[in-house]
Amino acid sequence: MASEKKPCLSGRGLTKIFGLGNQKTLAVDHVDFDFYEGEIVSIVGESGSGKTTLAKMLLGLISTTEGEVSFLGKPRDIRSQKKKREYWQNIQAIFQDPFSSYNIFNKIDSVLLDCIRMRGGANLSKEKKVEMMTEACSFVNLKFEELTNKYPFELSGGQMQRLMIARIFLLKPKILLADEPTSMIDASSRATILDYLLKLREETGMTTIFITHDIGLAYYVSDTVYIMEKGLFVESGPAEDVILNPRQPYTKRLLNDVPKIYEEWDLSTV
Amino acid sequence: MKHMLKSIFRSGKFVAGFAIFAAILLGVLIYPIFVPDPPLKIIAQGTFFEPGIYVSVYDSLSAPTHILNLDEASTKRITSKLSEDDRVAIQKWLVGAGIPEAEIDLANTEQLLEQWFSNYDSTKRVAGMTNADRNYYIRLNTAVTGLLGDEGVSIAVVNPDTGVLEEIGTVLATDYVNVGEVANVRVLPLGTDNFGRDVLTELVAATRVSLQIGLVAGIIATLIGLILGLVSGYIGGFVDDAIMFITNLFTVIPSFVLLILISFSIGQDKRGPFMVAMVIGFTSWVWTARAVRSQVISLRNRDHVNLSKLSGHSITHIILADILPYIASYVVMALILQISSGILAEAGLSILGLGPRTTDMPTLGLMMQWAMIYQAHILGKWWAYFPVIITIAMITFSMNLMNTGLDQVFNPALRE
Repeated sequence: MASEKKPCLSGRGLTKIFGLGNQKTLAVDHVDFDFYEGEIVSIVGESGSGKTTLAKMLLGLISTTEGEVSFLGKPRDIRSQKKKREYWQNIQAIFQDPFSSYNIFNKIDSVLLDCIRMRGGANLSKEKKVEMMTEACSFVNLKFEELTNKYPFELSGGQMQRLMIARIFLLKPKILLADEPTSMIDASSRATILDYLLKLREETGMTTIFITHDIGLAYYVSDTVYIMEKGLFVESGPAEDVILNPRQPYTKRLLNDVPKIYEEWDLSTV
Repeated sequence: MKHMLKSIFRSGKFVAGFAIFAAILLGVLIYPIFVPDPPLKIIAQGTFFEPGIYVSVYDSLSAPTHILNLDEASTKRITSKLSEDDRVAIQKWLVGAGIPEAEIDLANTEQLLEQWFSNYDSTKRVAGMTNADRNYYIRLNTAVTGLLGDEGVSIAVVNPDTGVLEEIGTVLATDYVNVGEVANVRVLPLGTDNFGRDVLTELVAATRVSLQIGLVAGIIATLIGLILGLVSGYIGGFVDDAIMFITNLFTVIPSFVLLILISFSIGQDKRGPFMVAMVIGFTSWVWTARAVRSQVISLRNRDHVNLSKLSGHSITHIILADILPYIASYVVMALILQISSGILAEAGLSILGLGPRTTDMPTLGLMMQWAMIYQAHILGKWWAYFPVIITIAMITFSMNLMNTGLDQVFNPALRE
């Protein structure tokens, strides 16, 4: 079974150090990983454990201090703007805060048109573009007719995050990196967002990397879980193994921190 | 955009500043339509004529006369001729001649003159009086003597054939002309300056040139600061280090010293208003560059910039579409401040004699310099420099007010 899986994105000794001299901060400390095609991976850790830094390195938004990232078995090459563009056709992201993810001066249409252009559809007719945007919006249960010519800040947080998923629907990347996509959304919209994400994965079969602090969510959605503490992967493996039989004290603590109804919340570990 | 303009014009401070600035601008634009004189035309023979209405004496003689019998006319005439010093001198003579000081009332002109005429004797020697004093009193006596009489003044012309003076009319003390009927009346609301030029016309032209200098200097400084700030803040790394090195060099050297040195080395001949504006612009971009850079650094890691990168946009597109609009309000405010400090810098340079060398257009700084060189402030000729100071103050005040107003609109934390 394992031999059939092809690694889609892997890292060896990936390190990121911020600052110099005494102010050096080791954000990500020599992590190794293999994310396989079609898998749902979760990277779980508390705030400041280096999850977002790792995500930005994987996206190529910040440089790596050490180590290398392989994409589809070959070392990743994003040295020029052109190669970056090619890379970003394959890997896309959903950010944590939908309110700051949009340029407030651009209309919603331009966000979606950018995606069509990114897929090489810049020369399509206007009708075709509208049709594609309408399809993408209806996938996440939004009405394009109501959104066109509006500005992102006129939408609710949930709507904005759904629009982000519509964006991914248009782009159809090989890998989706979702950096705490639900943490800024209220609990009732959270499930909807997750459902759309899972539905999208079902349709496109893309590798999905969830970055979250919520170990319960990780258990609910993922095949593989990586537990991150202070820039290191302390534990990893299939979700069932890691979460049902945690070996590391940190994992146990994360599990204890999940609030449960009808049970007294253990605050001693905080 | 519409909403933003609305909220800007709801800010009282901005509106007040804008109103003052618009009034100045309107004055500058409209005044030359009514007074199309060249601003540096020398109209007065002599220096520092007081503000007022100047009526042609020659034309008043040929204007139709009207007789007005006014009671206070002669008193007023005498009062204006008989200065406070003369009165004190008269009192001194009278006291010297033996009149008790209690009987002399300086304010009562008629009584004073009566006492003078009944007692004055040019041959009488008063104790302690020099010869010069004696001559002064003789002059004073002749000047005052004519004042009480009501006989007219003759107007005579030279007959070109015979060379004899022929009387062609008399002007009585009760004759008046209507100013409207005099052919030549010139109002000089701010008098004339040391060269004999109309100060108001000059001031309007100077304000116009100074605003242009401020605008050019402000645009140059803001553009340089903006471009360097954007590039160094967004690209970072070595580019950032290099640009910041240059910026820090400029910060350490006081820009006014730099300004003086450059102005001096350019030379007198090449220093026109536009050149001075360029020099000011090229020395005052430093703080704009630093401020823009720090704002860009905080913006470049925002998610919307990351999203734009992921959408495959180029660096130029990201800087123009995702960074610039976010700092646009700051840039507008910086531009306003740069314009006002450009006007101040020009004034400072000109006072030192390093301002634009020009013979056809004045600037506010040059007017200050001329007033200073000709000692208007020592001679008490306030109209030569005070209106200039007020204009400079009003321009900078209105611009700073607009800036504060904008700051409050764009930065809600500052709202009251």
